[in-house]
Amino acid sequence: MNSASFAEMSARQRLAAIVDDRSFHEWLPPSDRVTSPHLAQLGVPAAFDDGVAIGRATLSGRAIFVAAQEGEFMGGGVGEVHGAKLVGLLRRALRDRPDAVVLLAESGGVRLHEANAGLIAVSEVMRALLDARAAGIATVMLIGGANGCFGGMGIVARCADTVVMSDIARHAMSGPEVIESSNGAGEFDSRDRALVWRTTGGKHRWLTGDCDVLVEDDPAAFRAAAIAALDVHRPMTLAALQQESMLLQWRTAIAGEGADAIELWTLLGVADARAVPDLDAAAVRVLRPAAVAPLANGGA
Amino acid sequence: MDWEGVASRLFGDDHDIVADGDFLGGTATFDGATIAIVGTTNHAAVGVDLALRQARAVLATTGESPGRPLLLLVDTQGQKLRRRDELLGIHRAMAHLGCCLDLARRNGHPVIGLVYDQALSGGFITSGLMADACHALPEAEIRVMRVPAMARVTKLSEELLESLSLTNPVFAPGVANYVAMGGVRSLWDGDLAAGLRAALADRDTSDRRAEEGAQRGGRRVAADVIRRVLEA
Repeated sequence: MNSASFAEMSARQRLAAIVDDRSFHEWLPPSDRVTSPHLAQLGVPAAFDDGVAIGRATLSGRAIFVAAQEGEFMGGGVGEVHGAKLVGLLRRALRDRPDAVVLLAESGGVRLHEANAGLIAVSEVMRALLDARAAGIATVMLIGGANGCFGGMGIVARCADTVVMSDIARHAMSGPEVIESSNGAGEFDSRDRALVWRTTGGKHRWLTGDCDVLVEDDPAAFRAAAIAALDVHRPMTLAALQQESMLLQWRTAIAGEGADAIELWTLLGVADARAVPDLDAAAVRVLRPAAVAPLANGGA
Repeated sequence: MDWEGVASRLFGDDHDIVADGDFLGGTATFDGATIAIVGTTNHAAVGVDLALRQARAVLATTGESPGRPLLLLVDTQGQKLRRRDELLGIHRAMAHLGCCLDLARRNGHPVIGLVYDQALSGGFITSGLMADACHALPEAEIRVMRVPAMARVTKLSEELLESLSLTNPVFAPGVANYVAMGGVRSLWDGDLAAGLRAALADRDTSDRRAEEGAQRGGRRVAADVIRRVLEA
């Protein structure tokens, strides 16, 4: 049994734990010192990999391209170089056709220290990801870092074929602190950890169909989920997007204006929703209502 | 400029665009062809509902009018900052909108973005920035976040960020900087119809933003890093 916490590992430790042993070959490694051109003027130290490791590897013997974002460097924020490394990886995937691109996403979104350049970069990553997905390369997001996956990267992540989350991971758009500072603690109390997790955490995203696989905070579980996702392709057809549109509207209508997570889970058909926060991932996996399963690709 | 002014300078009276709350939708006749218009107004805060509403309009065009050009009219203060929107997966709704635009492009619809007022971060990433190319009016404003909020999050001083925003394209909100960085392909100045005509005539839908950022000198590193990854 592996008892390590995926959330507490560094990006490079996570990457090594996911791919086949010693199979990772890095492109633009730290020794190349490809660093941000924007941080020095702000007096902010650079990182030699700009907070993301990219390269090729094998997973269960199959060729993949892989990237891992480091949440400890600028919150995993996407700057010009960081974003360009991801775009390069995805465009190379389009050219070289690995079986999958696996991204270990941990990011606050656009790196505000690089503002405009980061915003454009995130958008370039999104288009490059959708190009790879449309070409039939499985695109897989593993969200399990302590900093979660937010902002533009939160959007990019949900553009993948498969999103895997742990029960302690978070996937959302704006962080609770940002919402609280704009609209007050009455809107979203960022210090109420239970509220934050049931609004943006892995269990919630699983029960409402926004993540496709829910695992424990365990590198072996993430690796197994990544292997299973190698053959998951969700072609983005008009019919598929029309169905997604109907389901998202239905889910929004059911929630009404003021619903809390527990109320929403109940309305969607989760039995004893109140118990969910105390359950482990395995127990929550079987609770997903059949009605939301088509929003994800796996089913329970 | 307000959206009515933009519509009338582009189409004269040949359009049926209407605003429903913050949502803009309709069609117009341009050079004898029908164009679909989808967008937002009132500096909309884009939440789940407005993202899904735009996505439905895009899907309706893709489903019912193959090949019809889509013009995205952008005016947004960014994503809606509400707990309800996070609960309901605002990132999912925005990704869905982006995917609908991407499908429209793959199905042969020209997708043109126009920032006619303001564009901030989350509301922009899955609209104008997902177009084949995004354009802007010279007086428009594009930014990630306003300086006081940026200072709070980055822990950098407002004075430093203010001074950088005067000179540094990475921080300055003016659309000319976005042109220099490749994020905006062109400014539509004066004759807006000429701008739209040129955009519709450009049928190369590949993402050229990094290359244009390098050529124009506003974003010097991205294109080179992408090339190095491809050659590594």
